[in-house]
Amino acid sequence: MSKQQLDGAQALIKTLDDLGIEYIFGYSGGAAIPIFDALETVKTKMKFILVRHEQGAVHMADGYARATGRPAAVLVTSGPGAGNTVTGLMTAMMDSVPMIVICGQTVTWMLGKDAFQEADIFGITIPVVKHNWLVKDTNALPRIAREAYHVATTGRPGPVLIDIPKDISQGPFSGEMKPKVNLPGYNPEKDFDICPKGVRAAAELIANAKRPVILVGQGCMIARADKELMHLAKTLDCPVTSTLLGKGVFPENHPLSLGMLGMHGTAYANKAMVECDLLINIGSRFDDRIIGQPAKFCKDAKIIHIDIDPAEAGKMVQPDVMIVGDAKAAIAEINEKIAPQKHPEWNAKLDGYRKKFPLGYKKQGGLRMQQVIDELYNLTDGEAIVSTDVGQHQMWAAQFYKNHESFHWLSSGGAGTMGFGFPAAIGAQFAHPNKTVISISGDGGFQMTLFELATAAIHKLPVKIVVLNNHYLGMVRQWQELFYEDRTSGVDLVGNPDFCKLAGAYGIPSVFIKRPADVTKQLEKALAYNDGPILIHAECVKTDNVFPMIPAGAALEDMITEAPKTRMEKPVGST
Amino acid sequence: MITTTDTPVAPNLSGSGHTLSILVNNEPGVLMRICQVFSRRGFNIDSLVVSQGRNPEFSRMTIGISGDPNGLDQIIKQVSKLIDVIHCFEHTSIDSVTKEMILIKILCSDESRSGALQITEHFGGKTVDLTPSSMVVMITGDSPKVDAAVVMFSQYEIIETVRTGKVVMARGEQPT
Repeated sequence: MSKQQLDGAQALIKTLDDLGIEYIFGYSGGAAIPIFDALETVKTKMKFILVRHEQGAVHMADGYARATGRPAAVLVTSGPGAGNTVTGLMTAMMDSVPMIVICGQTVTWMLGKDAFQEADIFGITIPVVKHNWLVKDTNALPRIAREAYHVATTGRPGPVLIDIPKDISQGPFSGEMKPKVNLPGYNPEKDFDICPKGVRAAAELIANAKRPVILVGQGCMIARADKELMHLAKTLDCPVTSTLLGKGVFPENHPLSLGMLGMHGTAYANKAMVECDLLINIGSRFDDRIIGQPAKFCKDAKIIHIDIDPAEAGKMVQPDVMIVGDAKAAIAEINEKIAPQKHPEWNAKLDGYRKKFPLGYKKQGGLRMQQVIDELYNLTDGEAIVSTDVGQHQMWAAQFYKNHESFHWLSSGGAGTMGFGFPAAIGAQFAHPNKTVISISGDGGFQMTLFELATAAIHKLPVKIVVLNNHYLGMVRQWQELFYEDRTSGVDLVGNPDFCKLAGAYGIPSVFIKRPADVTKQLEKALAYNDGPILIHAECVKTDNVFPMIPAGAALEDMITEAPKTRMEKPVGST
Repeated sequence: MITTTDTPVAPNLSGSGHTLSILVNNEPGVLMRICQVFSRRGFNIDSLVVSQGRNPEFSRMTIGISGDPNGLDQIIKQVSKLIDVIHCFEHTSIDSVTKEMILIKILCSDESRSGALQITEHFGGKTVDLTPSSMVVMITGDSPKVDAAVVMFSQYEIIETVRTGKVVMARGEQPT
């Protein structure tokens, strides 16, 4: 078709293919028909996956990106189609996940005239994307697609959106296929400040530290700094804690790992934060759920903060040394300047906390979500890709599914988006067809995006769909029990379907677990099935609580490790 | 207080008013992106001047804002982070020239006109419209000077005033 003139949509699809996009998740509609047509008329290596709801498409692209570090594309129509991507965009934006969302739009001469399925998606999504474009020139499509890919994947990654009016996508294309990107205001590397002075200052703080702790976030993972991090931790004999999103960049089964810190982090990680004299934060944005009360956070410790985003410098916590730049390069520089250390006393003290406040759960009085997750961890040797939804099961999964490597933990951290986990697992399974992918959801979140059972079934994706059913929105119920005199309000999910029958309606087999003694056997059965998706319905204890817990807005030293005997004050923090 | 020359003002860091000079891509939607950064963090836009730059690919925005001064540093970083923003600086009166313009329309008769003209001259202003019963005066200068002019003209019946908002330029060879 070299001699034939392309239209805008064909030029766009060719460009996406050229950029190495592997998957397009989407849902068709009137304004996007020219682009969908181009998927048929242009020969590409890309695979299009028809989902059942646009939110599912965005979370799939998100899961794909979190499991690979590479972006996928999302293709939806105008108006409601575009509007349904907003939650997924917000989720990706909060967690710095790259993706390219392409929306059809009404024709340019109808813009702003309330045309059928017209929505100002450009305006709507400005706060939830790294950048977006409303295309007004067919010939600009390849350039904008290239710019979008560049913006999404460089610096601090994030989602981008391209809104394409129908006359632009079906208009004749006579432009350049490989134009230069033109982004005079975007040069993330110019902000990088891995200056010798900062590295020297960091090395000096490290040399003087008696009780150092490394805090790793997702930035460390995105930079693929696993090796440099391991070298740093081993050289300094320094314990490592990770944020929810940083899980796996430092193996959580390593003796120096403290597991996750924060609101529902391990007691030993939080105690290490309180007692350390040096905190080395690599690629975490000091989220409010890990610092608790900013004024009391690590107040006796020196703080080194490494972040790729200059706007994170001093946003939540004022560091003593700030290094703006890529984590891999920054740690490598620091590694050059440090001498080996030993901290037997400090590590022995933390070991004491590990023994005194271990993570645990009861095996009597009904099935605990923790047990299901713990056994999944053991049966998969910690090597599965695990996605979660949001709430109690998410925190227990974070505690009990120890991640051994990067890109194996998919969880909506910043946004806390219920309904994220299952479609994210589908996206990850498309990326890694031969890996074990486990979607862990509660009964609440699963019902928000369960329509993607069809997508999983059609493509025979061997996702293990775990539904931990306690018939409650458990995390909110926990707060109501602890802080609102046990007045449960709006949390009782009465009328849940029979999840096994539901799976059956899609032709998906299932296993059911109710007794703690059956967990291993049933999970083994489910994990051995790889001909398509399988649903694991676990009927769990209704009113279990997640501990340890730091009430929102409280200081880390105010952590509670078990249910309090007296009623607690309402938390001052946001959520 | 009447000032006829621009008075140097202490760096405006302690108070709540700040002037930002922002160079942006000359494209639709850029203003919306910037306004969202301010509104989300509780900053109010007091004045806003936008015009095409010498290079038509770019626009210059001068934005007067008020809000928690502790948040200013974060605002500047968040604005700078926008893909469409080339750069964003906070300018104090120490290293920059700040000007605004006002048009004042007053009622004045033959008897009162000479007084009004005197005030206009005093402020280095110009009469840009004159009728038997009204006049429009244009005055430029820093904000206190413009405020002072409004006070002086208040002895007449002011029909309306229109202020441009502040524009800022760095002094010396330094580009803004």
